[in-house]
Amino acid sequence: MEGVIDLNLWQMAAAYVFIIILLVIVKLRGISREREILISTIRMTLQLILTGYILVYLFDNMHLVYTIIVIALMEVFAIYNICERSKVKLSKSLKKIIALSMIFGTLSSLLYFLFAVVNISPWYDPRYFIPLAGMLIGNSMTGISLGVNKLVDNMILQKHLVESALMLGATPKQASKQLVDGAFDSAILPTINSMVGMGIVFLPGMMTGQILSGISPITAIEYQIAIMLGILGSVALTVILFVNLGYKTFFNEESQLIQ
Amino acid sequence: MFLLSLVKYKSILDIKTLDIPAHKITSIVGESGSGKTTLLRLLNKLISCDTGDIYYNNILINTIDSIKLRRDVIMLPQSPAIFSGSIKDNLLIGLKYSEKPIVTDDKLNEVLELVHLNKNLSSDADKLSGGEKQRLALARVILLQPEVLLLDEPSSALDEDTEHLIIEALVDYTVANNKTLIMVTHSKKIAAQFSDYIIEIKNGKIISQGEVK
Repeated sequence: MEGVIDLNLWQMAAAYVFIIILLVIVKLRGISREREILISTIRMTLQLILTGYILVYLFDNMHLVYTIIVIALMEVFAIYNICERSKVKLSKSLKKIIALSMIFGTLSSLLYFLFAVVNISPWYDPRYFIPLAGMLIGNSMTGISLGVNKLVDNMILQKHLVESALMLGATPKQASKQLVDGAFDSAILPTINSMVGMGIVFLPGMMTGQILSGISPITAIEYQIAIMLGILGSVALTVILFVNLGYKTFFNEESQLIQ
Repeated sequence: MFLLSLVKYKSILDIKTLDIPAHKITSIVGESGSGKTTLLRLLNKLISCDTGDIYYNNILINTIDSIKLRRDVIMLPQSPAIFSGSIKDNLLIGLKYSEKPIVTDDKLNEVLELVHLNKNLSSDADKLSGGEKQRLALARVILLQPEVLLLDEPSSALDEDTEHLIIEALVDYTVANNKTLIMVTHSKKIAAQFSDYIIEIKNGKIISQGEVK
C-alpha cells in the first residue's frame, strides 16, 4: 500500500481552479453570486487552516479541559445554528427544548460510542473524541433542524386538526400525535436514506478520508459502519427528545393551544 | 347549566350576565363577527376569558380540568376536521380521544342514520362532499353522548331540506336523551322553530336572552 501523498502548496492551489471555473460560469450567465462564492471559499479555507492548527495543538497537548471546551463550543454553535436557520420565529421555551435535546441526545450517544464501541483510553482522547463528536453533533443538528421546521409548520398549518381533536376531549399529546410523528419521520428520513445509498451511490467522507490517508479500506469500513449506526442513534435520540418535549410548548397548562 | 358573569375576552366579548339553561335547546344568533363562536370556545374551554367568571353546573370552570370538561361539553366547529381514513376511523377516533369504549358497527350505522348519512363505514372519508363531512363530524360527536353539545353552525354546508332534517334529528336526540344543546345559527327562522331559549349577540354584547314563547 502506498503511503500518504502530502499535498504541496502548488497542488493545493491547483484545486482552486474549480472555483475559477465556477466564477467564470456565473459571470457569463449573469448570475450574481460571485461575492458569495468568493466569501465562502475564503471562509472555508481560513476556517479549515485554523481548525488544522487547533487540532494539532489539541492532539499534542491532550487534556480533559480542552476536550470539554471543544465539545461545548460545538454544541453552542450547533444550537445557535438550528435556531438561526429556522424559517419561523421560535419561542423561548422551544429554543430551550432544542438545546436540551441536542445536549442530552448527542452527549449520551457520544459517550456510549466512546466507551462501548471504540473503547479508547483515555476516553477524552481528542484524536477520536473531536471527529466523532463533530459527526454526531453535525448530523443531529441537521436532523433536529428538519424536525423543528416540520413541527412548527404543522402546528401552524394544521392547527384546525389539533383544535378539532381537543374539542373532542383529546389530551394535547393525543391531539398532536400525528404532527409529532410526521416531524420525527421528516427528521430521521435523510439519515435512513443516506444509509441505503452508502457504499454504492457514494463513499462517505470519513471513509474516503481514511482511505486517502493510507488506512485499509476494511478498517475504514468498520469505522464507517460503526459511526453510521452511532449517527442514526444520535439523530433518533435527539429528535425523539425534541418532538416529545417540543409539542408541549404549543399548549398552556389549561391544555389550550397558545394563540 | 352555564352561568357567565362579567366576562370579557379581548375586544370580542363583553358579557354582563348570561344564563344558559340545562336540558334545553339554546340557539345563539347574531351577525357574523359578533362573538358567537368565541362564546362557544369559552364554554368548551378552548380559550379562557380575560376577566369574569364562567360556571358550569355551579362550579367555576377554571377549577375544572380542561380535558374532563371537554369530554362532557363537546364542541363541533363550523368546519370540522375530517381525519384521513375511513368513515369508521373518523367515528372511532372521537371515542379514542374521549377514552370511551369502542362500539359495534351496528351502533355506528345507527348514528350515521340519525344524521341521514347513507354511506358504508369503510368508505374513504376524504371523498365525502362538504355537507357529508359535516354530517359525519356531527355523527362523531353524537356518538360520544356528551352532556352538552356545542354546535357552531351545524348545518352551514347543507341545503335547506337536509338542514331541516338534521336539526330536527338533533333536537329529537337531545330531548330523548335529556341532554343540552347549544347551537350557533345564522338563521333566526331555525332558532325560532327549534329552540327553547334564544340568545342574541351584537358586537360582543348580549342584546337579548330568553325563552321562546
